[in-house]
Amino acid sequence: MAKQNIELIVNGDRYQLTVEPSRMLVDVLREDLGLTGTKIGCAQGDCGACTVLMDGVSVSSCLTLAVEAHQRDITTIEGLAASPQDLHPLQEAFVQHGAVQCGYCSPGMILSAKHLLDHNPKPSEEEIRQGLSGNLCRCTGYNKIVEAIGDAAEKMAASGKEG
Amino acid sequence: MALPNFQVHQPKTVEEVLDLLGRHRSSVKLLCGGTDLLIKMRSGAQAPEHLVSLNRVAGLKTISYAAGDGLVIGGAARISQVGKNPDVQRLYPGLAHACSVMATVQIRNMGTVAGNLVNAAPSADTAAPLLAYGASLVAVERGGRRQIKLTDFFTGPGLTVLEPGEMVEAIRVPDPPPRTGSCYLRLSARSKVDIAAVGVAGFINLDLSGKVIRCRLALGSVAPTPVRCPEAEAMLEGQDPGPELIARAAAACVRTSRPIDDLRATASYRRAMVQELAQRVLTQSLAMARGGGS
Repeated sequence: MAKQNIELIVNGDRYQLTVEPSRMLVDVLREDLGLTGTKIGCAQGDCGACTVLMDGVSVSSCLTLAVEAHQRDITTIEGLAASPQDLHPLQEAFVQHGAVQCGYCSPGMILSAKHLLDHNPKPSEEEIRQGLSGNLCRCTGYNKIVEAIGDAAEKMAASGKEG
Repeated sequence: MALPNFQVHQPKTVEEVLDLLGRHRSSVKLLCGGTDLLIKMRSGAQAPEHLVSLNRVAGLKTISYAAGDGLVIGGAARISQVGKNPDVQRLYPGLAHACSVMATVQIRNMGTVAGNLVNAAPSADTAAPLLAYGASLVAVERGGRRQIKLTDFFTGPGLTVLEPGEMVEAIRVPDPPPRTGSCYLRLSARSKVDIAAVGVAGFINLDLSGKVIRCRLALGSVAPTPVRCPEAEAMLEGQDPGPELIARAAAACVRTSRPIDDLRATASYRRAMVQELAQRVLTQSLAMARGGGS
């Protein structure tokens, strides 16, 4: 089938690409753009490792065709912090709380947390757990992740930072 | 994990969608959230040569409510959008609940209510509440438009009365009258992500004396399709139900169900849970209706 020309806006950068219609966004991010922070886990929308924000909303990039992301605004883990030298408050909290073990789920967890805090800046513990319901972690037992997000939310609220 | 090749069409109007559906009739599927379709394509269960995306069609994501006319959910409205809509939360709490707990945050952000219905899984979480609210689908094709009652829509697992060339433009849900109560309860082994093992939805409307004018009950995951429970509904209509009648009506729901044993639950467990959930749904809906809510 004919390839299609698309434009992806990833972390504020514009990329002109020619892709086969059957390619998934996660594969184009990883293989064509070299943004390997976004992971592939189950490849069927259950595990959340491939979570990215599209127009500010969390989606599974393993179930999104790259051509459908044409001219959409995409945020991956690489684009969350203000600069490559900085960490986003969520990333900082994950490090401080030991919420990262093998690290495979962390990018998806952090982007789901970002989606949550964008819509609900002061979530309860239960709301944090609900917000992470689409992200699986096989190392941490979740508690440290939940604590990290609660802590990041408080710090972001205190500093008036929208993240 | 790679998908077979296909062509993606990205029309901007419903007319263009219908033209494309007609032109590629032999091997075409509509794509919106993709959360069911792309998984089926990856497993080889579906292999359309053409996908027609609804994601750039103007106006298809709208959710609107008007007193008297009720609720209209656009064919491309996301599950999460519907769940967060204030009118849905206020007037259609069973639907709001289904749209807030099914699947995962990401899947709800991607998937649509129309897609959940068209995919026609027996466990489709939005189906039972929409059956209870008396919903209809507006189906369009080139040169025609028809309204299909949701009770007539499902014909088997994964099967509906939708013709090739037809698309669901909107879902219409009647306005609940005063003294109405409704809810949806579901059970699954895990609280999230998991497909429901049993789901029960109810809608009750009372007259001024507290008698049931209209009752609709619907079950998910316990028959080849989501189903209404006419026997139980008839037992309740005209009555002022107490605990004993509620238990008998719930038993009628069990008689309507045709559950199977599968990895999510046994048939006998499902029957026991239909009894329990139907009682809770009826009790809760009646309390809401008696409280004067709508």
